[in-house]
Amino acid sequence: MQVAADLQKGLDVYAIREQFPILKREVKGKPLVYFDNAATSQKPQVVIDALVNYYTNYNANIHRGIHTLAEEATAAFEATRDTVQKFIGAASREEIIFTRGTTEGINLVAYTWGRQNLQAGDEVIISGMEHHSNIVPWQIICEEKNAVLKVIPVDDNGELILEEFEKLLTEKTKIVSVVHVSNALGTVNPVKQIIDAAHAKGAVVLIDGAQSSVHLDINVQEMDCDFFAFSAHKLYGPTGVGALYGKKQILEAMPVFQGGGEMIKEVTFAKTTYNDLPYKYEAGTPNIADVVAFKAALDFMTETGMKKMRDYEHELLAYATEQLEQIEGLKIIGKAREKTSLISFVIDKVHPQDVGILLDNRGIAVRTGHHCAQTLMERFCIPGTIRASFAIYNTKEEIDALVEGLKKAIKLLV
Amino acid sequence: MTIQQVEDEIVEEFSLFDSWDDKYEYIIDLGKRLAPLDDKYKIDENKVRGCQSTVWLAAEYKEDGKIYFTADSDAIIVKGLISMLIRVLSGRTPDEIINAPLTFIQRIGMTTHLAQTRSNGLLSMVKQMKNYAVAFKIKNSQLQ
Ligand SMILES: Cc1ncc(COP(=O)(O)O)c(C=O)c1O
Repeated sequence: MQVAADLQKGLDVYAIREQFPILKREVKGKPLVYFDNAATSQKPQVVIDALVNYYTNYNANIHRGIHTLAEEATAAFEATRDTVQKFIGAASREEIIFTRGTTEGINLVAYTWGRQNLQAGDEVIISGMEHHSNIVPWQIICEEKNAVLKVIPVDDNGELILEEFEKLLTEKTKIVSVVHVSNALGTVNPVKQIIDAAHAKGAVVLIDGAQSSVHLDINVQEMDCDFFAFSAHKLYGPTGVGALYGKKQILEAMPVFQGGGEMIKEVTFAKTTYNDLPYKYEAGTPNIADVVAFKAALDFMTETGMKKMRDYEHELLAYATEQLEQIEGLKIIGKAREKTSLISFVIDKVHPQDVGILLDNRGIAVRTGHHCAQTLMERFCIPGTIRASFAIYNTKEEIDALVEGLKKAIKLLV
Repeated sequence: MTIQQVEDEIVEEFSLFDSWDDKYEYIIDLGKRLAPLDDKYKIDENKVRGCQSTVWLAAEYKEDGKIYFTADSDAIIVKGLISMLIRVLSGRTPDEIINAPLTFIQRIGMTTHLAQTRSNGLLSMVKQMKNYAVAFKIKNSQLQ
């Protein structure tokens, strides 16, 4: 009964906050209010401990040594792979490739799959709300191959126009690479629909999960995407590590990415044979410590409870939206029907940068600017926005502080 | 007054403020009072790179042998900072500008208080002003 009662209860945000040591610090003499979670989240003590513990007790190079430390390090490293596999619902552990992050994952696909499968006149489809890291790799490979890059337009609410997408899809479409959740607007895109439509035309689909992996339940098999890329640092994990999921038969057919140690079976000067999945794509000594700590972050989320986190984030989003909308002259950019806990906004006659500076002066960290989505900002005819993005350790009191800070800033600036 | 003296003057004015709130209020006020730049100067050549906001900076070399700066920005705090730079550097000879120490930015705590990216914008402005001075100096020496 007690367990059932606990499950009923929502997230205990104050208990969560206790686990994030950085939240105790002050900025400019005020308690830190961290609303830049879409850029990177803060780290719980368990993640910090995992890093320290690794270097303190079992640092060694993996997959090679037969000594105890190497075995322990290898076991911890590979345990993260199993956890990632479960976390995103992949069919097998061979389908999980460790990368530096989302950016490297997308580049890996563009440079291997893209180089092998794109030909002159082929088409690649992305959307009008992509992060630069899901635009530039495709531009590079399209230029190299004389392929054509097409863009799904975005409507005034910040949603993809699916009818236009259907028109863009042709027999020439080879890959569709779209963001699951927009880092600039918070829009949750209907990826299942996009994937099914693309598959019907024989195209493969990459989903940029940089923002979605922390806010949505991910199941790559249900989604049926061919690739899924995400970064540990956005989901309470360390920087410099991420994972790329790819369907096994596709990964097996792809050429290698980088050459070096780990990714080979046998090397002679005449010919090198490559290692099996997933090692084929993991050349060189990987970022072992951060991969190990990545597991601690995923375990932290699972133990905290996905549903509890989602519910709480939605509560914060609803509260912040309601509060911000009451500020005169404030306009929310991105009013999609389905959003994660992120609000982008502009204020009449006020430059986002000025607001960012004045909020920082009150210890409140928001992001201002184009959020690495310049093409999207152009779509809304604005140079940038102010973005507040919420994590599970944020509180309604902090949102009140933001509202108060904004009102003060507007009074000074206008 | 020398550049050094104007810098000292600004540092003294800032020392009167107790808090950064007051300092920002003052900078914002300076920004609001800076005369807007004529639209004809708001061209790409006059844009300063390295700023999140857009900054235009125009320089004119007059017959008195001095350089006069005019500038504008779509962000007010940046505009206030420009206003201080203009107060220090406008109406000076190229040599004075090139050799100006410009320690006031640091002395009023602006570099530590503004995040790197934003003070980079400030540094870009200073660099641009000095570049103008160098350019006018070279042009002068070629004329003579
Ligand atoms: C939607 C989206 N895609 C890609 C990225 C790039 O992620 P990373 O810098 O971790 O490689 C980000 C990070 O800001 C993002 O928000």
